[in-house]
Amino acid sequence: MNPELQGRAFAPTAPYLVGREKVREFSRAVFASNPINNDVDAARAAGYADIVAPPTFAIVIQQLTLDQLVAQPDSGFAMTDLVHGEQRFSYTRPIVAGDELTATLAVTSIKSLGGNAMVTAETTISDLAGEHVVTASSVLVVRADA
Amino acid sequence: MNIGDVVAEKTFEITRDTLVRYAGASGDFNAIHYRDDIATEVGLPGVLAHGMLTMGLAAQPVVDWIGDPGKVLDYTVRFTRPVLVPATGHATLTVVAKVGAIDDGVARIDLTVTVDESTVLGKAQARVAV
Repeated sequence: MNPELQGRAFAPTAPYLVGREKVREFSRAVFASNPINNDVDAARAAGYADIVAPPTFAIVIQQLTLDQLVAQPDSGFAMTDLVHGEQRFSYTRPIVAGDELTATLAVTSIKSLGGNAMVTAETTISDLAGEHVVTASSVLVVRADA
Repeated sequence: MNIGDVVAEKTFEITRDTLVRYAGASGDFNAIHYRDDIATEVGLPGVLAHGMLTMGLAAQPVVDWIGDPGKVLDYTVRFTRPVLVPATGHATLTVVAKVGAIDDGVARIDLTVTVDESTVLGKAQARVAV
């Protein structure tokens, strides 16, 4: 585990276009049966431009930044060395189908814990206008043998 | 609505099919979530549900209660115990959602998430606009 990852600047990911059928597919996978997750008319009646993604959908976009982290030549670990310890999503507004979102990673903390390392990966997700949508934070445990 | 009120309670049956569906939808194809041999090889007691699947399911009773997924402002969990999913049959996930705090139009909903009466998520909290 390379402590120099903390504070490194990462490039924003290429825009991710949130597809309506992807939102429906993800909704089915997490048993999100609310009409606002699935039905365009219901979503518009509730004041949204299109169907609303479930609260944990942002992980799909955050994952792109975690892939960036693992791909750093000096990261010192692989995805298979990671165990998910904690997760948080803090929304300014919900993700809706049609959004184009970019994600920017910051490694905000690296701590050692009994030979393991705990990495906090904070991903800021914004729309094309540059407005904040959601911050997704993961605490990842990198196993000692990595 | 008062602090301590149970606002929602729901059980989910998680099968291997559930895991495959989540893998496809999320793009998380880590084989420990569908291959017994690989799960065993890396020292796990068996195939595990994706933590993010458990987190996703646990939010749903709150969304159904509040009636709008866009009202979830903040959602946080700790993954404290893996959810084992057998090759046949299912794991039963139970979610109980209780009002923990109310402040300025935002309610903190505390979630108790268990499998076989063991807690699998720690400090699971959703903040929702009310």
